[in-house]
Amino acid sequence: MNHWLTILTLVPFIGGIVVAGLGAERKNLARGLALATSLVGLGGAICLWLHFNFKSGDLQFVEKFDWVPTIGIQYFLGVDGLGALMVLLTAIVTPLAILVSGTLFADGKQNNSHVYYALVLWLQAGLFGTFTALNFFHWFLFWELGLIPAFFLIKLWGGPKRSPAATQFFIYTMVGSVALLLSFLAIRLATGSFDFIELAGMAKSGVLVTKLQAAFGWKNIGLIIFFGAFLGFAVKVPLIPFHTWLPAAYSEAPSPVTMLLTGVMSKMGVYGFLRILLPIFPDQIRAVLTPLLWLAVATIVLSACAAFAQKDIKRMIAYSSINHLGYCLLALFAATAVATGVNNSDLQKAAALDGALLQMFNHGLTASALFLFVALLERRSGGLRGLDDFGGLRKIIPVFTGLMGISIFSSLGLPGLNGFVGEFLIFKGVFPLAPWAAAISTIGLLVTAIFLLTLIQRVFCGPLNERWAKMPDLTTAERFLVLPSIALMFVLGIWPQFILGAVDATVVKLVQQLNF
Amino acid sequence: MLAWTIYITFIGVLVLMLLPRDNARAARIVALLTAIAGCVVAFVGAIQQTDPGKVTEITRVSWIPSIGAHYYLAADGISLVLVVLTGLAAVSGILFSWNIEKRTKEFFAFYLALIGGVYGVFLSFDVLLLFVFYELTIIPKYFLIARWGSTRKEYGAMKLALYSFVGSHLVLIGLIAAWVVAKGRLGHASLDLIELSKVAFPIAFQHWVFPLVFVGFAILAGMWPFHTWAPTGHVAAPTAGSMLLAGVVMKLGAYGCLRVAMVMFPEGVRMWQGDIACLAVAGIVYGAGVALVQRDFKFVIGYSSVSHMGFVLLGLATLNTIGLDGAVLQMFSHGIIAGLLFGVVGRMVYDRTHTRDFNDLETMQLGNLLPFAGVTFVIAGIASMGLPGFSGFIAELQVLMGAWTVFPKLTILSGVGILIGVAYTLRAIQKGFYSDAPPKPVDHAHPMEPISMPERFGAVMLIGASLVIGLFPGLLMNWIEPCFNSPLSMFARLLVKGGSQ
Repeated sequence: MNHWLTILTLVPFIGGIVVAGLGAERKNLARGLALATSLVGLGGAICLWLHFNFKSGDLQFVEKFDWVPTIGIQYFLGVDGLGALMVLLTAIVTPLAILVSGTLFADGKQNNSHVYYALVLWLQAGLFGTFTALNFFHWFLFWELGLIPAFFLIKLWGGPKRSPAATQFFIYTMVGSVALLLSFLAIRLATGSFDFIELAGMAKSGVLVTKLQAAFGWKNIGLIIFFGAFLGFAVKVPLIPFHTWLPAAYSEAPSPVTMLLTGVMSKMGVYGFLRILLPIFPDQIRAVLTPLLWLAVATIVLSACAAFAQKDIKRMIAYSSINHLGYCLLALFAATAVATGVNNSDLQKAAALDGALLQMFNHGLTASALFLFVALLERRSGGLRGLDDFGGLRKIIPVFTGLMGISIFSSLGLPGLNGFVGEFLIFKGVFPLAPWAAAISTIGLLVTAIFLLTLIQRVFCGPLNERWAKMPDLTTAERFLVLPSIALMFVLGIWPQFILGAVDATVVKLVQQLNF
Repeated sequence: MLAWTIYITFIGVLVLMLLPRDNARAARIVALLTAIAGCVVAFVGAIQQTDPGKVTEITRVSWIPSIGAHYYLAADGISLVLVVLTGLAAVSGILFSWNIEKRTKEFFAFYLALIGGVYGVFLSFDVLLLFVFYELTIIPKYFLIARWGSTRKEYGAMKLALYSFVGSHLVLIGLIAAWVVAKGRLGHASLDLIELSKVAFPIAFQHWVFPLVFVGFAILAGMWPFHTWAPTGHVAAPTAGSMLLAGVVMKLGAYGCLRVAMVMFPEGVRMWQGDIACLAVAGIVYGAGVALVQRDFKFVIGYSSVSHMGFVLLGLATLNTIGLDGAVLQMFSHGIIAGLLFGVVGRMVYDRTHTRDFNDLETMQLGNLLPFAGVTFVIAGIASMGLPGFSGFIAELQVLMGAWTVFPKLTILSGVGILIGVAYTLRAIQKGFYSDAPPKPVDHAHPMEPISMPERFGAVMLIGASLVIGLFPGLLMNWIEPCFNSPLSMFARLLVKGGSQ
């Protein structure tokens, strides 16, 4: 037995307690300590990655003890390729977010930086826990633990409309969580298990539905339970029409927090689909596949169009986040399709799911980088971030323009950068499985290109807005700050095998799980 | 051992009476030491009990032989949980009323008398003795509210006392009827709960007596629509009074429902099960909905108590092991969390600001002025809305699990109650501590007194208790579960369908 994952989760949690205990006066110490803690977390995640056996799709670093045996609660941790990837992503984004947080407290308008950093670390602990826990109770604990810090980070340090945004975010997520909780309680009653792995086994052999029907006596109970669980994740991802909390929350949150929200927290939803819904409810997904595909397509196309209509850079990127995660869901749903007439359907499904995993990581990287640039831009403009507030910035801040340009091109899927590979694989896999859905979704790709290019044009090109004539370019420190993300964009664009090799065994196993 | 919780507490009352009238400090210390001693005895006694599934006799002396009454104290796992809860609530209540200056000695004397009565109820296994202790708690309750309360205190006190008496009388009528029938069946007079739990009362008799006794007790548990004493009583009571009312007195009602009404009349419960569940869920949703629109901070917590006690009643109505487990755990959990919430609102906020109106509190930005109060309320609020990691979650989880099998539709409806619970808690956090309203200038001439040490201790103790149980529910589950699982226990008849006759 090893305790790697427990230690990894405890590090930020305890770090948060220490930072909170420092008091409001020692600002620099709080920040330094928070950064050090998150770097330890990063080191731990890299060690995990290096010691991980990618040849196997099985769970590794498993820890399993009885916790509350009377109601089937176990302390059950473990990661497969999917979990390891998400842990790594969390570990990369958190230190970046902490590094750019300094500006928030620089001018003295905001205070209590120790609480802020503690909340960020607790959020990280919640995320680590969510991505490693494999027993419903244990997992739900962390799922909710992530929510509370996020709520307070928005509520206490956000923009002018922070309170309604935070409340809306919390209530939406709670509606999902309660539905999810009730569904799993019903499952527990029927099967006596909270264990994701065990439940997936039952679903594969068809026992799950039989047991549910026997316990409740309703014919469609499987579908009802599925909808409850679906709601929980659909709100978190989010899937249109459950998305309305997102633009407000992302744009009102301070930019470093937005990095965490979009970079990692939104992945909790997709992770939930992959880890829980797909293995446990494949039949139910298949039964309502067409409407689900429509939802995914609507998410992709409508959010791209909505992004196009935004006047605020942050809201625009927020909508583009919805769009990018829509591709992941498209791939997920398509992978459950019964593809009798398709050659090598397993291969196509694996391609789609590979693409979805890659897209999760890429989006985490790129979207957090974009919000990081927005944070840096706000630092220079004194908080302004309207699309029309700028113009011609490339002449005075060329390095900033160039690096942000790279991130934008990565986001719109330019070949050679990371975004392309993920989206390519998704479309390659989805086309044979659900041709019409893939065809309509390409409109999303097109609109994304249009609005991101508009962003470049309005902000960086055209005549210079004289107001910003003295805007400073990226400092050396800031260049180092964005360097890791940019470098990873190129690395993953040219050598996607780094991720694909790691998750392939997991994906193959997942596809097998879906076939019966 | 456990009987000493009762004796120590009443000895404390006597000592307080002998103290000189104006020595407030001595009165506080005596009260605190008594409560701590009671709490320690409760803990040690509970841990010493080796087999929590069995009813372990403490003392049994014949009392009124002609009617079969005994002075019979005993404990099983459920008593242990509630005795420990009473110990914790008693200590924290005193810590939160350290600033009582008006007739301090009498205040604490009434306070301890109430605690002693509560210990007595949880340890009595003779119906008459239980009833005597139960009645004994009404008197100190009345005086605590009427003398040391605020907002319409006489009204609140009288309403609480009248509701309690009506409830008691319903119980009394039911018990007398049961005594008569039991005497006929057993051949001798008996008030022994364990003996009565084996008597097969005629089914038709159970059908009408059960609702009398159950409702009589459930009035004190805040069952909708008999809950209206709760919000007014909680609001009128002094801080320690509301902490005890919500923390332990409401549990007396729920305990009576389980220990007396349900155990004696299992066929009655089975007949009324669905109706109880409907009322419980109505309480959950209604209490939460009303809490959402209150202007008075304390009313929010008052109505939230009604909503949370609904979960206890729902758990009782499930009649399966897991639901009953959850109900007992929820009694403990709500006792701790409601105590904490009332402590923050009554002591930390109201005693300093002299207002509980959200419109006034909004302009004060209390989160900045009293950071400790703000953080405590946030943690208590999170615990109260049932987020995982705190005791409330694991309790409500089990109640809902139990309810799913029996009342799936009502379970979904109670999910709505949980959601409204989130909404009113967020609203209270926002309006009470971290509002965005334009702040009123801070009055530097009269700065607020900082949060004192006793308050900090009390808050940390309660948060710790909720957190420990939330993370290691096994600690209490090991006491509760054997009570319901053992086929020899007094609850066995309740859990086996149709097995009583």
